[in-house]
Amino acid sequence: MTDGIDIVRDHARSALRASVSAAGRAKAWIAVSVLVVLVALLVALTTSQRPQAVTVFTLAGGTEAWQLPPMQVPTLAAGWVMTVLFAASAAWTCVRVLRHRPVGRLPLAAVIASGVVAFLVAAGAGQTIPVVGLLSGTLLLSVPLVFGGLSGLLAEKSGVINIAIEGQLLAGAFSAAVATSLTGNVFVGLAAAAAAGVLTGVILASFSIDYLVNQIVVGVVINVLISGVTTFVYNQVLVPDGAVWNTPERLPDLSIPVLSDIPVIGPVLFDQSLIVYAMYLAVAVIAVALTRTSWGLRVRAVGEHPLAADTMGINVTRVRWRNVLLSGLLAGFGGAFFTIGSVGAFTQDMTAGQGYIALAALIFGRWKPLGVLSAALLFAFANSIQQTLSTLGLTAVPQQLLLTIPYVVTVIAVCGFAGKVTPPAAVGDSYGKGI
Amino acid sequence: MRILLDEVTKTFGDVVANDHISLTINPGEIHCILGENGAGKSTLMNIIYGLHQPDAGRILVDDEPVVFESPRAAMERGIGMVHQHFMLIPVFTVAENVMLGDEPKTSARLLDYAAARRHVVAVSERFGFQLDPDALVSELPVGVQQRVEIVKALARDAQVLIFDEPTAVLTPQETDELIAILRQLSAEGKAIVFISHKLREVRAIADRISVIRHGRVVGEAPLGSTESELAAMMVGRSVSLTITKSPPRRDWRSSTVVSGLTVVGSDGAVAVDDISIAFRGGEITAIAGVEGNGQTEFVEALVGLRPVSSGSVTVDGAEVAGKAVKDILAAGVGFVPEDRKANGIIGSFTIEHNLVLDRLSGGPFTSGIAMHRAAIRENGEAAIAEFDIRAPGPTALAGTLSGGNQQKIVLARELARPLALFIASQPTRGLDVGSIEFVHARIVAERDAGAAVVIVSTELDEVYNLADRIVVMYRGEIVGVVPPETPRDVIGLMMAGIPAAEAVGSAR
Repeated sequence: MTDGIDIVRDHARSALRASVSAAGRAKAWIAVSVLVVLVALLVALTTSQRPQAVTVFTLAGGTEAWQLPPMQVPTLAAGWVMTVLFAASAAWTCVRVLRHRPVGRLPLAAVIASGVVAFLVAAGAGQTIPVVGLLSGTLLLSVPLVFGGLSGLLAEKSGVINIAIEGQLLAGAFSAAVATSLTGNVFVGLAAAAAAGVLTGVILASFSIDYLVNQIVVGVVINVLISGVTTFVYNQVLVPDGAVWNTPERLPDLSIPVLSDIPVIGPVLFDQSLIVYAMYLAVAVIAVALTRTSWGLRVRAVGEHPLAADTMGINVTRVRWRNVLLSGLLAGFGGAFFTIGSVGAFTQDMTAGQGYIALAALIFGRWKPLGVLSAALLFAFANSIQQTLSTLGLTAVPQQLLLTIPYVVTVIAVCGFAGKVTPPAAVGDSYGKGI
Repeated sequence: MRILLDEVTKTFGDVVANDHISLTINPGEIHCILGENGAGKSTLMNIIYGLHQPDAGRILVDDEPVVFESPRAAMERGIGMVHQHFMLIPVFTVAENVMLGDEPKTSARLLDYAAARRHVVAVSERFGFQLDPDALVSELPVGVQQRVEIVKALARDAQVLIFDEPTAVLTPQETDELIAILRQLSAEGKAIVFISHKLREVRAIADRISVIRHGRVVGEAPLGSTESELAAMMVGRSVSLTITKSPPRRDWRSSTVVSGLTVVGSDGAVAVDDISIAFRGGEITAIAGVEGNGQTEFVEALVGLRPVSSGSVTVDGAEVAGKAVKDILAAGVGFVPEDRKANGIIGSFTIEHNLVLDRLSGGPFTSGIAMHRAAIRENGEAAIAEFDIRAPGPTALAGTLSGGNQQKIVLARELARPLALFIASQPTRGLDVGSIEFVHARIVAERDAGAAVVIVSTELDEVYNLADRIVVMYRGEIVGVVPPETPRDVIGLMMAGIPAAEAVGSAR
């Protein structure tokens, strides 16, 4: 008897909870409808293929010792299998979300992976899709996002918003190109990029920490300032006399023995330039340092509750200064990738908003180093797919529409991670005695 | 360890917060510092703790002059502080909070969590209480969080412990437990400084009572002093601590009926869970409870400041649940919010403008978009006279006044209309004794005028002073409705969620 009452009451409570989180439900329904549209698109795309069509995936990068042979799959059969898998895993996830049950990472990964593979199989009918190129493109495109995201992470964990990442990346790209061109030494270029980032960090720190100016205003001003200065110098000096100022060497690719010979993984992860290895190191070091060292504990304390940290004898101002400078160093260093890490020469405003995307990766990555890495990789993968597809001829669906699909997948991923996202509590708050 | 304050003076701008204060803090003694809000108690303690530096005067530790430039310096000399607003990081565990600033490290220079846990357990067990070192602070009850604060100080081997209004956030039972802990600490030879304006507690635990008024030490009160003697010393004149009121005229005709009200808090969780209750005209209902048990959300929903998830509220028969604030006020509801600076007044507006904020469409003060300046001025002058608002004039900025005078502005505005329901949330929080007397008298007068009055208060003294009946809230639900004669310890147990009948049994 009492059990029955309890059950009724529990149902009433859960119905109530469902009704009160109307906003969450609306978001879930948007995700559901987007998924339905996606399934429909995939079905349409798959059905339109000829029965004999074959999709080829090449799995070899060309430099590794053991090369995998290309994989041929029958487009129609594989397309249908993956589409059904996608529809099923998506439906399961939707039901979980609508019932307010937690959705693990694995199911979400399954949704994304099956969706992407289904799409690639169908879209690549009669074509060859270079898997290694796709993945190493992802890694390279993620480099500025990861450095930018980690830069934002270090600043925000200590309670300072760093909107200036965009400008710091640009300053790093510019300094690396010029310093490398002048000295002919890429390491001088890397050092110059880091120094430029630190310099902008000094501006951000002194205004926002010492003079309590609004952090976002200072950050935006820095972005405008750096864009203006680099554009001016670029037009006045780099363009007229490019041979001296803007012909940097590029960082050489260093292939790591043995590891780089592993099929697929080797050429993607272990045949890269120094800056990419630095990125691995930065993610690992920051992940450990933030959670396992007294430095990390103090940084997090300052970002959460500066007054409490102060009463425990921690110098809030010093912690914030140090982190903002480190933040600038990382962003500047990452900015070097735009020039000496990839295309070489500097061009006007070449960062093209990557600093802001890095901030999105920081938020999507929930202010955690590995989260930032995953988010950056996801954004970069979306970009890489787009670039790969633009080399394939497609007729079934308008190209422009197809190109949006990676972004749509990203949006769904963001919706799926519907859990509470909490930034450091004191982020953006100035701190000083008597405030 | 003995601390001697010698003529310590501190000014903030024109305000002298501490005026040549001299005190002695002895080991093994509980020294209560009694004073009203704004008397300068907290400033004094922040000076001892190194958060502020004195402008003049000396601090001597064991007869040796010291200068504390930072809390760290004070901590290193064995001074610990338990702040009124806990200095804990909610997303950290107990162990992380305790080790912060003085972290044990492994040989690899990483944080030694195992050592930190052992330390927390060792310190807390030595003083007879249990703490789970791995619990997240945000998930602990307030009383336990306070113990984390105490352990934080003890873990650094503090010899002097300063408690700044430690009971403000505790239930009466938790207060008793705290007092037991304080006794034990002082028995171990620690010097305890206990800052409070609550006379009952001070009488209960003090080994020595120093009274501070307007930044000066008025003197030491004898230990046997009665509450009214202490109050007189604290305020500087004799004050009546209790209000005399006639029995309530309970009138069903003007009543507010709440049924099945459910409200969601800012964090998305259910804050008010299916509450049904009626408030009758001519009766004061006091809602007691530890802060954060849904009282705030409840009254905010009643006045329309917070969306109602389900349920109904009728004022004199008219449904108001889910209506706009403007419509609810028009139905005869008056509201004194708990945070008057944030929600009660606009500090940068004049007194006269604050007084008409709710009557800016139609009525005597406006027509169209034009304000009638003469009428507003007249209204301001009348209210200043009637409510004894101490201000240079109606054009003085509300933000420049003392808390008591700001609260009088809010009262003057809300009581200017005939009310069916009058809700006052923490009406006397942070006010001086004189203003408390005045505010209480006005609240009783409003009841006698026939309004249903609802008081939300975390101060049991206030609840007992005003209530015709007491409602206790716990975790968004009403634990019970009891008469004002109910003993303090019963209410205390109810505030911890124990139903009335059971509470009466176990309080005996």
